[in-house]
Amino acid sequence: MVIMRNAFKKIAAALLLLFSPALLFAQNNTGMADTMRSNGRIYVVVAVMTTILLGLIFYVSRLDRKISKLEKETK
Amino acid sequence: MHKSWWKILSVVLLVYTFTAGLLGEVPKLPLLQETIRNLYFHVCMWFGMMILFTISVVQAIRYLRSFDLKYDIYSRQYAIVGIVFGLLGYITGGIWASFTWADQNKSIIGQFGSIARDPKLIGAAIALLIYFAYLILRDSVQDTDKKARVSAVYNIFAYTLLFPAIWIIPRILPSLHPGNPGAEGGNPAMEMDMKMRVIFYPAVIGWTLLGVWIATIKIRLALLKEKKWLS
Repeated sequence: MVIMRNAFKKIAAALLLLFSPALLFAQNNTGMADTMRSNGRIYVVVAVMTTILLGLIFYVSRLDRKISKLEKETK
Repeated sequence: MHKSWWKILSVVLLVYTFTAGLLGEVPKLPLLQETIRNLYFHVCMWFGMMILFTISVVQAIRYLRSFDLKYDIYSRQYAIVGIVFGLLGYITGGIWASFTWADQNKSIIGQFGSIARDPKLIGAAIALLIYFAYLILRDSVQDTDKKARVSAVYNIFAYTLLFPAIWIIPRILPSLHPGNPGAEGGNPAMEMDMKMRVIFYPAVIGWTLLGVWIATIKIRLALLKEKKWLS
């Protein structure tokens, strides 16, 4: 049951990531989109780099959590 | 997850580095242009490496004082994260140099020889190779106590050699790298204005804390393995 729920969570997260560009395109005429297209679109670079950074940090914190779990088990 | 304030601080500072570092105002320098922003990334790798190697050598000394194998594990893991930072610093430096030091009208391969002999690059390569030897030395000794003792002593030797290799010799010889006599414009790290300083120092702290975070994860994993092996 837990495995099922985890798998569902993963699939949902993957789908959300897949459709995230569509979410951005949908907001073509909002203020946000205007910021993203100003200054030679440097904000797009900022968004991409920050996403990668946050993704890596998320990965590290997950490793941290997994090891915490292992530590509890071996105690 | 061990929740600690410094992990959160690291994330906050890094996000600040990535946003303010790319959007903040920078002095308009010839040749360097926008690449001066690499200061928040490339230079921070070397600062982080230096701090991680310092932690590593302190742990090595603690091991030699107590002969507690725990400190040996600390020392090794901090050293390896330091090496990763050093390698990243080297690679990013290579990218940066190929667009600022090289003549864009000639092929980069043809100029490789004249750029690669820069004292700063050779010094950094020597320093990293000495630390690679540290890992090889460790793995070549079978006995756990002997391994710990030999590598702690070697760690002190490697750390001492860092200073002539990357701090002293490259500064005596003429080099294109900033911070040397003969470099154009001196060292941007020394002469940067306030606008860059308020991003650069938090960036150093953020990157270093990320390195420490990764090192602590590796340490906890190594300690777990040790426990399993003993029981």
